[in-house]
Amino acid sequence: MKIVIVGGGMGGTILANNLARRLHHELKIGKVRITMLSASEKHMYQPGLLYVAVGSMMPDELYRDQASLLEPGIGFHVDPVENFILDKRQVKTKSGAVHDYDVLVIATGSRPVMQGIPGLAENAETFYTEESAVKMLKRLREFQGGRVVITVGVPHKCPMAPLEITFMLHDFFKERGMRDKVQLHYTYPIGRVHSLENVAKWAAPEFDRLGITYETLFNMKEVDGKNKVLKSEEGGSTKFDLLVAIPAHKGMEVVEKNGLGQNGWIPTNRTRLNMEGQENVFVLGDTTNLPISKAGSTAHFEAETLGENIAAMVKVGSAVRDYDGKVFCFIEAGKDRATYAMFNYTTPPDPKAPTRAVHWFKVAYNKLYWASARGLL
Amino acid sequence: MMAEKKQIDARGSFCPGPLMELIAGMKSANVGDELEVLSTDKGSAADIPEWIKKVGHELLATTEENGVWHITVRKVK
Repeated sequence: MKIVIVGGGMGGTILANNLARRLHHELKIGKVRITMLSASEKHMYQPGLLYVAVGSMMPDELYRDQASLLEPGIGFHVDPVENFILDKRQVKTKSGAVHDYDVLVIATGSRPVMQGIPGLAENAETFYTEESAVKMLKRLREFQGGRVVITVGVPHKCPMAPLEITFMLHDFFKERGMRDKVQLHYTYPIGRVHSLENVAKWAAPEFDRLGITYETLFNMKEVDGKNKVLKSEEGGSTKFDLLVAIPAHKGMEVVEKNGLGQNGWIPTNRTRLNMEGQENVFVLGDTTNLPISKAGSTAHFEAETLGENIAAMVKVGSAVRDYDGKVFCFIEAGKDRATYAMFNYTTPPDPKAPTRAVHWFKVAYNKLYWASARGLL
Repeated sequence: MMAEKKQIDARGSFCPGPLMELIAGMKSANVGDELEVLSTDKGSAADIPEWIKKVGHELLATTEENGVWHITVRKVK
């Protein structure tokens, strides 16, 4: 059986390693072949960018060589797929190579899109790429005080990032002895300060306590850079001296170009994780159109489910379990404290009060991630 | 261009949640399109109309069937 995994991010990597372990014998005797096709020889720990933006991690800590993360026996090629020829069960890569598959997994991820909002790219700081996170850090270091507005695009990657960067900015300016010179103003697209009701119930009083003002039902429409004003779809506007954006994101262009899904999101069965209408094509992580958090943990749990199922398909000809929508998100709450939210399709989260222990576990996880990507954690 | 009817299946979505899914769907829709949100969160029956009213789109219908809310809206601008 030929298994082809397109994408070497968190979902693809965990799945490849999971399969290589479960199918160790089948790989050895040549019954199974696992091929990974990726756009990059490097693997980035994307959640680390948040820390780079406030100077608590350096960019080089975020990367490993992708090949070093993969189990022996996985055929890894830095050769991104350009054409998905699903009716022939083939993919064609940039180099022109054609790979046949019996099972295809698409885990190409997503990309930040600042361009959808006029004036945003020119006037806002963000941290969703290495370059932008470093630029934001430098801007924060130079900032002498004024009104900092945090704004959130839809849909966005990592639903905790808006809260986390706000708490981290509070700490950043406090540690620099200039919190009294900075007004932090948080805006959010829906009618409370976070999607998760229980998280919003905890975060709003925290904002009040820390003197962070907020405004809800605020969706970016345009940025007037000359007058330093952010305008909303709902008719609101707010002035800023420094604008920090959580950008909207889209799936990868190759997905759209191949007609696999609008905006790069592939219609995906919520429990089986196959592409709608394609029994042997599966979708992982940010690439799905599922209405759940676009977060590393989502890709992780989906990859584990899919690893079990694809291995079982090889061994007994049937999948063995459904993906239940599980997501686990750490929430950095500032002042060396953190909490977490865990939920699935049927059970909402019930986050506890932030503690130092959870923060230090998150700091440890920033390193343990590499064990996670290897499929060991 | 003909107006389309689209469905956003946000059942079981605690995060980002049905309203955020609708806001995302609205960005990709054309003026005149109808969007039907499926939600298992009873809060959607209040928070989706609240946003629709504030932003200036049109609420067409809200119904509930076996614990699933069907909220239909039209993009008007």
